[in-house]
Amino acid sequence: MLTHNQLRQGSRVEIDSLPWIIVGADFVKPGKGQAFTKIKIKNLIDGRVIERTFKSSETVAKADVIDTEMQYLYSDGEFWHFMDPGSCEQVALTNVQVGDALSWLKEQEAYQVTLWKGKAIAVQAPQFVILTIAQCEPGVKGDTVSGATKPAVLETGATVKVPLFVNEGERIRVNTLTGEYVERAK
Amino acid sequence: MRKDADWRPVASWPVLQRRAQLLARIRAFFLQRGVVEVETPLLLAAVAPELHQDPIRCAAGYLQGSPETAMKRLLAAGAGSIYQMGRAFRADEVGRLHNPEFTLLEWYRPGWTLAELMQEVALLVCTILEWPHPTGGCSASEGSLHLTYAEAMQRCAGVDPWCATLDQLRQLCRAEGADTALEGMERQDLLDFLLVQKVEPALRAQGGMVFLSDFPAAAAAMAEIVPGEPALARRFELYVNGIELANGYQELRDAEEQRQRLLAVNRQRVEQGKSALPVDALFLQAMEAGLPPCAGVAVGVDRLIMLALQTASIQEGMAFPLPLG
Repeated sequence: MLTHNQLRQGSRVEIDSLPWIIVGADFVKPGKGQAFTKIKIKNLIDGRVIERTFKSSETVAKADVIDTEMQYLYSDGEFWHFMDPGSCEQVALTNVQVGDALSWLKEQEAYQVTLWKGKAIAVQAPQFVILTIAQCEPGVKGDTVSGATKPAVLETGATVKVPLFVNEGERIRVNTLTGEYVERAK
Repeated sequence: MRKDADWRPVASWPVLQRRAQLLARIRAFFLQRGVVEVETPLLLAAVAPELHQDPIRCAAGYLQGSPETAMKRLLAAGAGSIYQMGRAFRADEVGRLHNPEFTLLEWYRPGWTLAELMQEVALLVCTILEWPHPTGGCSASEGSLHLTYAEAMQRCAGVDPWCATLDQLRQLCRAEGADTALEGMERQDLLDFLLVQKVEPALRAQGGMVFLSDFPAAAAAMAEIVPGEPALARRFELYVNGIELANGYQELRDAEEQRQRLLAVNRQRVEQGKSALPVDALFLQAMEAGLPPCAGVAVGVDRLIMLALQTASIQEGMAFPLPLG
């Protein structure tokens, strides 16, 4: 169980028999009155966001979720298949469950899969991934300072802005939280 | 990731210099008005228990949650107008507007009415925030909106705090996203919920200074209660841009009623599974000796600084707030 001081952004809680992640938490207390903790929570299964308020003396159940590293295998168009490298057990996730990680999925690479009561419900890409540029305008030699960028399509299909000197076929490091180019990868 | 590994202050040096200027301006305000600064102990052996406030235990007793009882002992001993600006401590209060250790400004005006004190509070706030001054008319605090608690609840939460049944209050709370565990809450707790959920956001949207007054007797704390139907506590709260900044009373002077209220709080604390707290007997003796008629108010200084600096939290104006984790 989590006490009100543990209801923080990023904590995962079980409410109404469903798993949620806290995306915002606020402690409120009128003058001499009862203190409350207001939390904004995102459903880990369908992504909807709601607000709930608890008396600060109450506790909230921790969600029975674990994050485990799995290898991305392939997509059949309807499901995205991952494998636990230890047990070789496979799980399948829907488009909605894969969510934002979709842009960064590369076969054979490792991703963090969230299991709720043993069932896969979400995927998260590592904060930094290295991907190959599948398509972009030719590089402009020597321009490493102007700060100008051009769009580049990565092997996963995602488009990121890259500096002008970067070429098609090169591997780059991308920040998956911001969707931004970081540097050329060796 | 916890940020408490960083040794550096949260507020920048220019912010801390600005904070120092604002504290100096507060002291200058009281110096100019002949209100004398006093200092009372931070470490207390006994307290004035509150239902919704837990003191922080410290080896020999408790760290003060407010200087109220000690300052009233000074008033009973014949002190005139006094103020104190210092640290206060409240367990487990952590958020954008709360830090377990914070700076509290409290002052008392013997012989003053609540309306006179509200005007002075408005003047202090305008001075510190550099807002246009109230014009000094005789109505309480021109340039600010004045609502009774009931008006605010009716206007913003659509509820009559005196007549609504417990069932109606619960339904309203549930419709506002209150968790089902709010079921067991007392009437005043349900009203508190509607206040934070409906009234405070409305006051935030409105902006400026809003005084709420005439609170339910159940929320009187140390304010005088005017008997009637309903009985009203002579207490006000000042909201500035929706942030609760000050809490003032026409101070209760009846020593026996004061004793009964503190004992009742301890009983409620025990019912709610909290510990009863040692009641400050010297404060009650002072009340028996006689508190002069007076009005008193406490202001959250960190919140005032937050408003002056237009930051999103009080922590941004503090050198070393408790890490939010």
